[in-house]
Amino acid sequence: MSTVVVVTSGKGGVGKTTSTAALGAAIAQTGESVCVVDFDVGLRNLDLVMGAERRVVYDLINVVQGDAKLAQALIRDKRLDTLALLPASQTRDKDNLTPEGVERVMGDLRSKFDWIICDSPAGIERGATLAMRHADVAIVVTNPEVSSVRDSDRMIGLLDAKTARAERGERIDKHLLLTRYDPQRAERGDMLKVDDVLEILSIPLLGIIPESVDVLRASNLGTPVTMNDGRSAPAQAYRDAARRLHGEALPIVIPEERRGLFGKLFSRRAA
Amino acid sequence: MNIFSLFQRQPSTAPAARERLQVLLAHERAEIGQSDLVAVLREEILAVIAKHVSVDRDKVKVKMDKGDAVSTLAVDIEFPAATRLAH
Repeated sequence: MSTVVVVTSGKGGVGKTTSTAALGAAIAQTGESVCVVDFDVGLRNLDLVMGAERRVVYDLINVVQGDAKLAQALIRDKRLDTLALLPASQTRDKDNLTPEGVERVMGDLRSKFDWIICDSPAGIERGATLAMRHADVAIVVTNPEVSSVRDSDRMIGLLDAKTARAERGERIDKHLLLTRYDPQRAERGDMLKVDDVLEILSIPLLGIIPESVDVLRASNLGTPVTMNDGRSAPAQAYRDAARRLHGEALPIVIPEERRGLFGKLFSRRAA
Repeated sequence: MNIFSLFQRQPSTAPAARERLQVLLAHERAEIGQSDLVAVLREEILAVIAKHVSVDRDKVKVKMDKGDAVSTLAVDIEFPAATRLAH
């Protein structure tokens, strides 16, 4: 029985692609098979974050339109053989994504993988609605910032109205993934706190990912952050989130960056 | 800016963000839920009317006015002059 997950947010730049790659790798590391699917047609980036940008031959649109077989378009990860990527098209228009084609591809993916994680484009247009269409579980990626929270609220409304599950009268599981969180700023009152965002959006918390240079360093290298330095704060936070997605009841901790003595001494000024 | 302002703590802004969001989202949720309801009502009303008379889709107006105590639903359907109501 496979699970289709959509990683969505409404707002761009909050960490959907980073989170898709990191969670996909974290689940694949446990031995279950995972396919991460890029729905951002025309502006694909999951391939780059996964370090597979030079291995793309066929893409989601080719498979949707029947020009390529699914097996031809899937890119097996070179580091983890349980992880695969279905890239988006960079040249085609998102109008080439048809509801029927997407439904067929999602059915095929379900027969091949334990987990299918769909990286949604920003916005509420066709790409975003089709990415969420067949999801069993939604991860709403949110930054502790007013415009991101507002857009997340809108996406939660859409998830409850426009998904296949919602239309069948079934429940779609929604989880909040709070990214780019800075505990010190929140403590000083310069940033919304975890509880503020939870109270406003009222969906359960999947994890808190700290603002961290490790996220940028991993994307520079084309390695999901959970594969790059497994001990870094964001890698640990993503791994915990993956375990919660799996149903484990782990206590939520507000992550702290590992700092050396100098970092600790100067952290108040630097933050 | 004088030398003392360097040592002053700036007032925290997160509570303002929280309050603004709570007010805004309460409003937006109601509005979006309502526009969906109006669209559904409009389609269903149209379907019922179409069973008996043919009307121009654009001539059916459904409007919801939300008040504090009561809300009103106004349905305005315009028939062509020559239309004879069946039955």
